[in-house]
Amino acid sequence: MEQPLLEINNLKTHFKTERGRVTAVDGISFSVEKGEILGVVGESGCGKSVTAQSILRLFDEKYTASYEGEIKLQGENLLQLSKAEMEKIRGNEVSMIFQDPLSSLNPVFTIGYQLMETIRIHQNRTKKQARQMAIDLLRMTGIPSPEKRVSEYPHQLSGGMRQRVMIAMALACKPKLLIADEPTTALDVTIQAQILDLMLELNEELGMAVVFITHDLGVVAEVCTRVVVMYLGQVVEEANVEELFTTPLHPYTKGLMKAIPQMDGDRSQKLNVIGGTVPALNAIPSGCRFASRCEFANDLCKEKAPDLQVHEGNHKVRCWHYAEISNKEAARHA
Amino acid sequence: MYIYILKRIFSLVPVLFVVSIVAFLLIYLTPGDPVSVMLGQEATAEQIEALREQMGFNDPLYLQYFHWLINVLQGNLGDSYFMHMPVTTAIVEHLGPTLSIAVLAELIAILIALPVGILAAKHRGSLMDQFVMGFTLTGMAIPSFLFGLILMLVLGVKLGWLPVAGYQPLSTGFWNYLQYLLMPGLALGIIQSALIARMTRSSMLEVLNADFIKTARSKGVKERSIIYVHALRNALLPIITVVGQTFGLLLAGAVVIETIFNIPGIGQLVLNSIQSRDYAVIQGVILMVAFFYVIINLVIDLLYMLIDPRVGY
Ligand SMILES: Nc1ncnc2c1ncn2[C@@H]1O[C@H](COP(=O)(O)OP(=O)(O)OP(=O)(O)O)[C@@H](O)[C@H]1O
Ligand SMILES: [Mg+2]
Repeated sequence: MEQPLLEINNLKTHFKTERGRVTAVDGISFSVEKGEILGVVGESGCGKSVTAQSILRLFDEKYTASYEGEIKLQGENLLQLSKAEMEKIRGNEVSMIFQDPLSSLNPVFTIGYQLMETIRIHQNRTKKQARQMAIDLLRMTGIPSPEKRVSEYPHQLSGGMRQRVMIAMALACKPKLLIADEPTTALDVTIQAQILDLMLELNEELGMAVVFITHDLGVVAEVCTRVVVMYLGQVVEEANVEELFTTPLHPYTKGLMKAIPQMDGDRSQKLNVIGGTVPALNAIPSGCRFASRCEFANDLCKEKAPDLQVHEGNHKVRCWHYAEISNKEAARHA
Repeated sequence: MYIYILKRIFSLVPVLFVVSIVAFLLIYLTPGDPVSVMLGQEATAEQIEALREQMGFNDPLYLQYFHWLINVLQGNLGDSYFMHMPVTTAIVEHLGPTLSIAVLAELIAILIALPVGILAAKHRGSLMDQFVMGFTLTGMAIPSFLFGLILMLVLGVKLGWLPVAGYQPLSTGFWNYLQYLLMPGLALGIIQSALIARMTRSSMLEVLNADFIKTARSKGVKERSIIYVHALRNALLPIITVVGQTFGLLLAGAVVIETIFNIPGIGQLVLNSIQSRDYAVIQGVILMVAFFYVIINLVIDLLYMLIDPRVGY
């Protein structure tokens, strides 16, 4: 088999906090193939953003964060690179867009300056060439009158426009991998759809792989080929997108599915939300992390943590009883 | 943008107006009659009355204010009764040393505070950061005149590196001028730097946590330019505000320091004028100080506009 573009093995990200060390990402493994769109889903606080930012080692390693495991980009372990080598990867081979376009651009520099900065860090261009490239990028991401916009400041643009600028910036050096951390969450629905279309288009045209982070399963169904489901810093299920939607195995994934509002369903019916609360990072149970919220949990679950195991092909799940649970449910429906 | 600047300038007019009224009324609120003080104890009631009439003290208050204001607007602040010279001249003569000390102190303060504050923010929580925080806390607790005395004792008396006290104008040569200012400047500046360093640190810390810093890092921007280009430019606004606001304090501090180092600045002028009830001079100094405050604020506003494109729209 061909080497995957990105291969994460047993990644752990620890933070030093006032209340001691916490492990926000605890042994994550997944891989991204060339050109694919991989979805990463999970409730708020499950460690999606930490995972994303760990891939580019954006956390301050001197005083707050430390990493363990492997993050291999085309076979090269990023965790072993020097600072300078890492700077060459960021924005060049792997780039990132963030959740909140309103605060992700530097307010005191023009759009053009910020775009040209990315270009000129990684490519040997004159100011003039870089400016022309910036204008072309803005046009490509669908920003009207880019010649004018290029000398404007972020506060002069709407949220949707700013996210387009972020995308333009991320694409400036034609990266092999784009990490999109909830790129549409802060935008309203129509703009959301436009940004998603744009990302799909660019993925197809440029053959760039995307790690698409979201807590919106509807969006996942629309854009992703494969999905990783996270819970409290770990992967609990991984599958192709159709498979995940037709036969979710982990009780947590099933809960998430039921939480999607159905267009044709009974509107008066309450949205199914998974009961209970997520344990805090400094009070992680020794058994299965989901046990306290799982209706199927028994003594085994509370004592021993299950591993991520292969169910079939590339469908993986982290649950002691997933087979029984599925059988039981099938019987209940029959 | 030009409209914004004009607006800012016009908004200063009412402030100056109020200050002028206060300065004018000051004379009527302080006990003691300037005319009888001027003429001395042997003056007869008729002589006093004649001078009052001549100086316009018997006119209605608003008329007196009006006359006074017209003069002030023409740069005529009246005459000092005791120094026998126009107030404007007296102020200008004494302003040089005071402004020199204040500006030198501000420069010293900024040169120390910016790098120290940035470094502390960059290495937050480290030993160096804790040292800076402790040191600046001490700095803010020490009165600058005490620090000035210590400097005088060490650098002037013990080591003999700098003249102990006194003042030489710039016309006697730059080094000559500077060496007399250095100690008062250091005394004020180092103390002042404590506050600015703390502000720089907290402002930088806040900006370094901002999302756009993550963006810059994710683009491959070098750590050095993240700090000095992306973060500093944003952190500068609150820093400039403190620098501007405390420049007034520096002027006040300079007045105290002058007394210790025996420098003929505004401090001396004010002390002498108060002792001799030289009201015109006191009035003039008040107006001048207010004018400085207003100008400094205007400069801060304009700097804001230069640094932050969101200001002025
Ligand atoms: N710098 C940090 N220091 C300490 N803890 C952190 C830090 N960053 C994140 N965390 C913790 O890590 C956990 C995961 O946070 P993360 O931001 O990855 O969640 P998320 O899945 O992206 O959630 P959301 O959907 O709300 O964006 C949270 O409990 C958070 O408090
Ligand atoms: Mg997040």
